[in-house]
Amino acid sequence: MKALYQLSLADKVELVETDCLISCQEGPSIMLLPSGRVAQVNPGHNFTAWLIANIAALYHSPHRPSISLRGDAEIPPIEQMGFFSKQELVVMRNRGHIDAENIEEYIAHDGYMALYKVLTALEPEDVIKEIKSSGLRGRGGAGFPTGLKWEETRGYKTNPKYVICNGDEGDPGAFMDRSLMESDPHAIIEGMAICGYAIGAPQGYIYVRAEYPLAVKMLQTAIDNAVKKNLLGRNIMKSGFNFNIGIYPGAGAFVCGESTALMFSIEGKRGMPRIKPPRSAEAGLWEKPTCLNNVETFANIPQIIRRGADWFKSFGTPESTGTKVFSMSGAVRNVGLVEVPMGITVRSLIFDIGGGIKGNAKFKAVQLGGPSGGCLTEEHLDIPITFDSLQNVGSMMGSGGVVVMDDTNCMVDVARFFTQFSVDESCGKCVPCRTGLSVILSILEKIIMGNGVPEDLHELETLALHIQKTSHCGLGQAAPNPVLSTLRYFRHEYEAHIYDKRCPALVCTDLIHFEINADNCKKCGLCAKVCPAGAISWQKKEMPVIDKIICTKCKSCIRACKFEAIY
Amino acid sequence: MTGQDLIKIKKQYVDRVKSEAKSGFVTVDVHMGTCGIAAGSQKIFDAIEKEMEKLEAKNIKIRSTGCAGFCSMEPMITVHVPGKPSVKYGKLDAKKALEIFYSHVLGGHVKADYAMSQGLEKPQHRLTGK
Ligand SMILES: Cc1cc2nc3c(=O)[nH]c(=O)nc-3n(C[C@H](O)[C@H](O)[C@H](O)COP(=O)(O)O)c2cc1C
Repeated sequence: MKALYQLSLADKVELVETDCLISCQEGPSIMLLPSGRVAQVNPGHNFTAWLIANIAALYHSPHRPSISLRGDAEIPPIEQMGFFSKQELVVMRNRGHIDAENIEEYIAHDGYMALYKVLTALEPEDVIKEIKSSGLRGRGGAGFPTGLKWEETRGYKTNPKYVICNGDEGDPGAFMDRSLMESDPHAIIEGMAICGYAIGAPQGYIYVRAEYPLAVKMLQTAIDNAVKKNLLGRNIMKSGFNFNIGIYPGAGAFVCGESTALMFSIEGKRGMPRIKPPRSAEAGLWEKPTCLNNVETFANIPQIIRRGADWFKSFGTPESTGTKVFSMSGAVRNVGLVEVPMGITVRSLIFDIGGGIKGNAKFKAVQLGGPSGGCLTEEHLDIPITFDSLQNVGSMMGSGGVVVMDDTNCMVDVARFFTQFSVDESCGKCVPCRTGLSVILSILEKIIMGNGVPEDLHELETLALHIQKTSHCGLGQAAPNPVLSTLRYFRHEYEAHIYDKRCPALVCTDLIHFEINADNCKKCGLCAKVCPAGAISWQKKEMPVIDKIICTKCKSCIRACKFEAIY
Repeated sequence: MTGQDLIKIKKQYVDRVKSEAKSGFVTVDVHMGTCGIAAGSQKIFDAIEKEMEKLEAKNIKIRSTGCAGFCSMEPMITVHVPGKPSVKYGKLDAKKALEIFYSHVLGGHVKADYAMSQGLEKPQHRLTGK
């Protein structure tokens, strides 16, 4: 009864003594009415917990019986849920499944077995051979073959060498690496240690942006735990191999994800890319041979070693083996992290896993590769996702950001958004990127404000191509992609802005008239109800009127109107 | 540490989990990546932990595990009852989590209204074999 009071259920539940309900050896039991559910004492629970539990199963809240409206049988098995069923977990096999702060859990899931195998049974050359044969390509964007990079770094004789894990993850809309670092940090550490053994490096660094405090904490805990267990440090597993890892929190500059800028940043210098050669494999961090790979690349390594290159190659296509993690966001129903075999179509990614477009809107475009990538349209949906196929259509795999857009997105505005990002993040070292991108941005802004002139499109195109060709590093070379691809596939939207002074998606505020289209208006008055400024007056059965002086152009009415009557 | 030790750690861990399962241990995984925490999973973790203390619950284990990948269903928890399929719950708050705690974790009745799916993603599996 005390328990019932605790739950404020005393007046809702009546306690009645009854005869024996089930066989005596099952222990004390209760029957709950009206459900008729019989519940019994679970020996480990104390009595209060038992009582509360069983009664709460029926009535949790004082207001509402908590009998489930669905039967247990209606809960879909995970294999039948589109979001999960098409995914193939390789790097993310431990996501949400282990406690990252407990190294024993990682070990219990076969963790550090690959490192053990490498240290006891394989020569560094064998490791490199296995990685080469797996066909693994860098997951950080450029898709460079990982085994080749390791081999090259091993080939230089200068010592010491370094291993660097690139956890900068600067693309807006990308969060794969963060999630990996938080949920399975030991996989990254193990991958780095294997790399250290293969190239002959005693020291590794993980470069993580400081905006990822939880990732930093998890990695640090994982490193400390690994050191305690002699899985890092001196003479690892009595093999004679030494390897340490330090964390370097970066200040969150996109350009510091570029390998040479990243190394300068660790050296305490300003993060600016330098001219290559020499490549980092020859003279990287502190001008020593350095092997730099992405977080996801490293997380793949232990499993390739443990399960073999052939197993790894069973996923994906011959040129792009394995899986890729994407962070899908934007207008899709299921927002989340998805790991799929390479070669899956864009359509399957967005519609099977993403569940299609949210609400009643229509698919319009998808931006792959963030500010460095390009958009794809309806006609590209059946393209398989591989490093090469995406490049052929002016987009790129990038690090894995997938931003899905529906017909309420204005593509000129999208181009402006990504260009603004690149302008903000340009390091300023070379002129095309520093000045050229600003000029592109100002033209886009002019078009969005309704001041575009026909020559603008031509100028945008020439300028973008120049920047692509003459910029110093990947940031500038790729930054015009959003403009070029939207110009290629959505030229009509640019033209509507310039010639008709109209934004078809009703995004660019300066081009919206805030007037009512009498043909579409059903006189329902919803716009007047939602207007926070009180700028819309409406009488029953009359067309509403927008007072443009009071109107703050917040677009609440446009979003509320079901008949597209405001333009 | 040698390879033998590694295998020993693994075995000891698996044995422990198995014996816990035998004595009816229920495990609650709260998915607490940055994204989950932003959506409120810390509140859920705290609420369940507090309730466990209040009830002096002995054979329940609460763990903070990383993001389960399904951002639009955050905050999420997964409940593992020995011998039964694991159940993932989504779009929770502290109140719903407590309902699940009482009904499923303590009472053994799946709170089907908030349940998203049952079973684990391939190749994930429970160390108890079930
Ligand atoms: C502007 C710019 C930003 C980059 N940002 C990242 C990043 O955040 N993470 C990353 O892994 N690679 C990033 N890269 C790619 C790296 O330069 C490098 O190619 C990659 O980390 C190599 O690792 P991988 O071979 O494993 O992919 C960036 C490149 C450029 C030009």
